[in-house]
Amino acid sequence: MRLLTRKISARLSARRRSRFAAPAVLIVGLLASGGLYAALAPANADNSTDDAATIAKGRALFAVSCSSCHGLNAEGILTEKGGNYGPSLIGVGAAAVDFQVGTGRMPMAQPGSQAARKRPVFNDDEVAALAAYVASLGPGPAIPTKAETDTSDLSNEEMVQGGEFFRTNCTACHNFAGKGGALPKGKQAPPLTGVSAKHLIEAMLTGPQQMPVFSDGVLSMKDKREIVAYLKKNEDSPDYGGFSLGGIGPVSEGMFAWLVGIGGLVGAGIWITSQTARIKKKGNAA
Amino acid sequence: MSAHDDHTPAVIEEPIANPGLPEHLPRPTDVDEAAAKRAERQVATLFGLSSVFAVLFCVAYFTLNIGDDPTVFLGLGASTVGLGACLGAALMCIGIGAIQWSRKLMSDHEIVEYRHPAASSEEDRAEAVASLMTGIEDSGIGRRPLVRNSLLGAMGFLGLPAIVALRDLGPLPGDKLAHTVWKKGMQVVQDVDGARIKPSDMEVGQLVNAEPAVFFPEGDQEAEYEGTALLQAKAKAAVILVRMNPDDLRNKRSANWGVEGILCFSKICTHVGCPISLWEQQTHHLLCPCHQSTFDLADAGKVVFGPAGRHLPQLPLAVDEEGYLIATSDFHEPVGPSYWERG
Repeated sequence: MRLLTRKISARLSARRRSRFAAPAVLIVGLLASGGLYAALAPANADNSTDDAATIAKGRALFAVSCSSCHGLNAEGILTEKGGNYGPSLIGVGAAAVDFQVGTGRMPMAQPGSQAARKRPVFNDDEVAALAAYVASLGPGPAIPTKAETDTSDLSNEEMVQGGEFFRTNCTACHNFAGKGGALPKGKQAPPLTGVSAKHLIEAMLTGPQQMPVFSDGVLSMKDKREIVAYLKKNEDSPDYGGFSLGGIGPVSEGMFAWLVGIGGLVGAGIWITSQTARIKKKGNAA
Repeated sequence: MSAHDDHTPAVIEEPIANPGLPEHLPRPTDVDEAAAKRAERQVATLFGLSSVFAVLFCVAYFTLNIGDDPTVFLGLGASTVGLGACLGAALMCIGIGAIQWSRKLMSDHEIVEYRHPAASSEEDRAEAVASLMTGIEDSGIGRRPLVRNSLLGAMGFLGLPAIVALRDLGPLPGDKLAHTVWKKGMQVVQDVDGARIKPSDMEVGQLVNAEPAVFFPEGDQEAEYEGTALLQAKAKAAVILVRMNPDDLRNKRSANWGVEGILCFSKICTHVGCPISLWEQQTHHLLCPCHQSTFDLADAGKVVFGPAGRHLPQLPLAVDEEGYLIATSDFHEPVGPSYWERG
């Protein structure tokens, strides 16, 4: 073994003056440090968000698609009356961008009381670039990691506690079944069904539009994951009580009972009495 | 019949002659023995189907899983659907069978019953009045005013026990409705898990549904409130904490009761007491989902819309030595809806 090492080092040292030596050493050094970094870097450090090129790409996308409302440097644009035309994005963090753009709410189709969820305009890479650019403007909540959005490790007890958090903090606007509800002046709290765990957590972290913020300081990430686990469990459970009729409570259920239930009984009663059991014409008798 | 014959109404001459009862038409089952047999078989089949569904109900009860691993049918709980459908079909088959039976096979004769006037005859009425007068005369109530007046008095006093017994509906609430368990130095903690809150934990635009720390005993500390008393105390003491940009606060006194733009308001609507936490962080409006009362939390909880008659009570906040949010006193006014004694 020692012999082999000596042999290699002798051969290497003989070629150290070769004109390829310097580039070769450079390449080996770069590969080693890069490989080591990739292997040892913290798992949640997403390389792309730190990447200067990604930020530059995000900035270019921002200038084209967002700056008409949010300003060329994301400083926000005020209306003549001093209101927000497009709010400043400095310090909103990557999570806010990932939520707003990733769910298609931004860019808005037109100014209105509320940005509606729609098919996202940007693909995942572009969303990541925009998020990286906005995150580079000031500190703000980061996009939750894979480990944070995966709720499969939570026990039933934790899920039940998630239900309690949900009923205390969320149902006032989003309805007891997470089906959403109306807010004043044409706004609405959107339904929570069919929303990814990542976007649910991001919404709690950043408080999009009229939604209040639920920061990690008070409602910890574990509490948030419990809420998400409860919502997902609810979504996956069969409807034990029959058709949910929109899950909006007594309005649709009462309407169904009155129109279909009682209406059907009245109709059946009318139908029964309108059918005669007799022979209509005397001639047919006998 | 003969007793009522006297009271049948006099027949008045009608401008159009009474056509009388329509001619009786027989049903096919009355005249055709084969049709009757067929109807009989239909009814029996329906009753038989009902028995089958009743048995199927029992089968569904024992075979369809509920609980952690439920049987699913079209995204619905199969057990509920199966039990409901079988029991419903069993009852419906009996119902349809009974209707078919009565319409096709039960006897089919028109029956006429005449109505009689409601009043008794003149003689009966005169007789009743006469016996009443005799009774009054015999009792001598007109001639003996002492008896009459003492009887009236006795009946009046009979009302007293009823009034005294009503007292048991009390005791009157006193000042119970005017106070909650909040007191000076009590920490404001998050509902559900009792997490204590530092001002730095809260971001602008944050909402926390909070309760007094007394409901969340730590470690082996004994709970001060339990059962119904806990629920009652909790219902009155529930609050929401919100953090707004201090520049947005329009009421100076209200802003002074907060900590760095963090304000604490009662969660109980002042209209009829629904819990409210539907807060729009950009408009600072708090909306009650029951009757749409809207409170402006940036303006000391003023009512800006809806039926609520009073502004939302605010709880004055401070920070303790450890840096956690605490109340500096109880609410300065009763929380929740108005009541009799409050006027």
